[in-house]
Amino acid sequence: MVFVIVQTAIIYVIIRFRARKGDDTEPVQSHGNTKLEILWTIIPVVILASIGYPIVKGIFDIRAIADGPDVLQVQVTGHQWWWEFEYIDLTDETGRTLVTANELVIPEDVEVNLTMTSADVIHSFWVPILAGKRDVVPNRVSNMTLIADSATPPDAPHPGQCAEYCGLAHADIRLKVHVRTQADFDAWVDGQLTPAAIPTTETEASGYETFNITCAACHNATVAEDGGTTDLGPVRAIEVDGVTFISSLAPNLTNFGERTTFGAGTFDNTAEHLAEWLADPSSIKPMRPELNDIPEGRILGMPNFNLSSDEISNLIALLEGWD
Amino acid sequence: MVVDTEKDLASGNPTGLWSWITTVDHKRIGLLYGASALIFFFVAGLEALLLRLQLTTPNGTILSADAYNQLFTMHGLTMLLVVVMPVAAAFMNYFIPLHIGARDVAFPRANAFSYWLFLFSVVMLLSSFLLGGAPDGGWFGYAPLSTQLEEFVRMDYYAIGAQLLGIASITASANFIATVFTMRAPGMTLMRMPVFTWMAVVVSFLLIFSLPIFGVGLFQMFFDRNFGGQFFGGTGDPLLWQHLFWLFGHPEVYVLVLPAMGIVSEIFPTFSRKPLFGYPFVVFSGIAIGFMGFGVWAHHMYTAGLGPVAEAGFGVATMMIAVPTGVKIFNWIGTMWGGKVKFTLPMMFAIGFVSLFVIGGLSGVLHSVVPSDYQQHDSYFVVAHFHYVLFGGGVFGYVAGAYYWYPKWTGRMLDEKLGQWHFWLMLLGFNLTFAPMHILGLNGMARRTYRYPEGLGWEFWNQVATVGSFIIGISFLFFAWNLIKSRKDGRVAGNDPWDGRTLEWSISSPPPVHNFDEIPVVQHVDDFWYRKYATDDEGRAVRIPDVTGGTIAAETDTGGEDAHEEDMHMPSPSYYPVVSAFGIVFMGYGLVYLPGGWVAVGIGTLITMWGVFGWSLEPVTRDADHD
Repeated sequence: MVFVIVQTAIIYVIIRFRARKGDDTEPVQSHGNTKLEILWTIIPVVILASIGYPIVKGIFDIRAIADGPDVLQVQVTGHQWWWEFEYIDLTDETGRTLVTANELVIPEDVEVNLTMTSADVIHSFWVPILAGKRDVVPNRVSNMTLIADSATPPDAPHPGQCAEYCGLAHADIRLKVHVRTQADFDAWVDGQLTPAAIPTTETEASGYETFNITCAACHNATVAEDGGTTDLGPVRAIEVDGVTFISSLAPNLTNFGERTTFGAGTFDNTAEHLAEWLADPSSIKPMRPELNDIPEGRILGMPNFNLSSDEISNLIALLEGWD
Repeated sequence: MVVDTEKDLASGNPTGLWSWITTVDHKRIGLLYGASALIFFFVAGLEALLLRLQLTTPNGTILSADAYNQLFTMHGLTMLLVVVMPVAAAFMNYFIPLHIGARDVAFPRANAFSYWLFLFSVVMLLSSFLLGGAPDGGWFGYAPLSTQLEEFVRMDYYAIGAQLLGIASITASANFIATVFTMRAPGMTLMRMPVFTWMAVVVSFLLIFSLPIFGVGLFQMFFDRNFGGQFFGGTGDPLLWQHLFWLFGHPEVYVLVLPAMGIVSEIFPTFSRKPLFGYPFVVFSGIAIGFMGFGVWAHHMYTAGLGPVAEAGFGVATMMIAVPTGVKIFNWIGTMWGGKVKFTLPMMFAIGFVSLFVIGGLSGVLHSVVPSDYQQHDSYFVVAHFHYVLFGGGVFGYVAGAYYWYPKWTGRMLDEKLGQWHFWLMLLGFNLTFAPMHILGLNGMARRTYRYPEGLGWEFWNQVATVGSFIIGISFLFFAWNLIKSRKDGRVAGNDPWDGRTLEWSISSPPPVHNFDEIPVVQHVDDFWYRKYATDDEGRAVRIPDVTGGTIAAETDTGGEDAHEEDMHMPSPSYYPVVSAFGIVFMGYGLVYLPGGWVAVGIGTLITMWGVFGWSLEPVTRDADHD
């Protein structure tokens, strides 16, 4: 609107007052007009003030932290270059919380409060269809509210993307948000909290062995054992402003087989892509595993473990069987 | 830019490479700034074209992620600190003394020092491409990403390179302020200065107040990286860097665009043949923009989590910047209103400037709507916005200035036909490149991503943008060719080709080394115009018959008591500024490669001391020893 008015004025002026051939008269030398100046100062002020009030109100509404018994609490930890989610109120009998990575599953029509921090550099959580973005800052806790209701387009999973430049693989730190009905969501939670048993078939058992020797140095996965459950990999946590966040070295792979993507939402979860990944992760997603320092907790990507093709296919069989 | 031998001999200018290296003449330094900035503009443009090629298709494979990150970081750094700021410095160097009727800037050797420090710093920054990788943390260098990888020297190049560029800019700004406040011709009150010079003063103050903040931040970053500091990383606060950076970074935006506004404020009156409408309002709105520019930095940080109170405050303050900006735009339209508008090339670029800047300004107001900024922030919408402001605004304005003042620099006019090609291709290419980015941003495409997946509907508009960017590239080939060709073949301009209004048009083109044979005495805003024109009863301009514009200085009774050429004190050439600047950049290289680099720091210190001592002990003016 404003653009149309101003542009019309410019075009009007340059046509109406263009120098015409054969017209040698000089224009009137006006120097200005104080009334006009005041007028075109006041009018924009009034326009801006009138949009100012709803803006300020909008800020306070959006920034209110969702709280209460009906709110689903999820803690988010940003990593180079993946997302970690912990549903802190959803636990199994032993008190283990539901932890997953890169694919957030939420029930429809329920407010979700994300409590976020970063394990390394600044990231920004952005799922454009559900909400604006919010930075995920190391040493700080930030919050945002998501809700998938009737106003949300139904074509979940909704794609998301880290929006703050976070280094080499900033383009490939994506995520997906799945929206489920309450019943489907509850079923998903049950499935997550009831992990797979230790495999018995030959290929999967061989893959399991490789997992324990190689992958479990960084990746955790929970398996059922002796009537209880066991964590295969390390479980780490950091404390920021009095809030304890899970902060793993690498994505939790429990029930990996039911995720639709891997590599932080970058690749479809197919055997073909997984084989490429396991053969040399950095060849399809840029990372700097050569700078990893596991004791310091500094992980910049998954190294190439020079796995044989048998090891790769057995691992894939294991991972795809975890669902 | 090479010297035109005959002309320089005629005006008593020494020639040859050495004379350019040791020059302290503000006009030559201005031309050096301009030529360097133009070359670096092509470097930055090349970087941009590579980025666009990579993004033409989803999952592009032309660049690696590592190369992409270096290139977008360097594209930003180069365009902002190495192209647009120096090109503004080129205009300021050349025209501040001419506008205020002075023979040089206040500190000619410091002026040379600024230029050489700038040039060497840029060479250092660009050399990083060959020496282990260019900075890859974004031009904004957000911590702790920027302090994270101590294994690489890339962000050390950033911390030191930007620091040295800052020193060069602070020196230049102090020089401009001193020049304007102490060296104005008799009668040239502040409120009679050309608007361009006014904006140069505002910009100089902005730089002097904002660059030290950036400098502190850069030192802290350097300490974090090299000496185990914890300012931003470790237990420090990453948001501290953002505050320090944007307290510089936001005024920097006005540093880039205010000189362009000053330039078009010279062009509109000249080609409408009317005085600038509301001169005091244009000046004071420029000052207001400068002041308000310091109060809105956190609008770059809406998503960082400052809390709703801060976000609301900065949102409202940001919106209010639209008010003085609007005042300027209305006054430019008021200047054309009722005038005789001539569509010369400078005028076309100036009108392009206003039109595109309005688009950029309006999308800027959208950003100040904080809840909507939560979506737009760090998306391509922002990329579109600031290119409309800085390219559509800034670059169009500076190109307008180049077409306007080229005759003064070289004595010849730029070719009209090539200029038309340049304008229309640039306008078309610009809009094809950046208008689609609004759509991409609103569709959720994030900035600074080296690839994007298929199937999100981003392919088409990315292809359009790439085509547009190459059209911009071609348009600037026309410009470059025009600049080179017209120096020899252009129509001879004479002193006053545009029937200009300000003092630079009263002297020869190119001006003699001492600028003014006699220092003019000023009685009006646009003093030169009023020596050529009176006003009749209706208020129309009437040519004063016996004055033919250009040879004016000899004919007016203005400078009676002023010095004549024989006792003019012009500063003598000096190579000490070059030596000092070189020593400092030598130290810079050393700091990048600590701890081994301490040796280079030592050598650089000695070179700098040699330069500074030589500088302070040498006589100032050519004939000082005879005095």
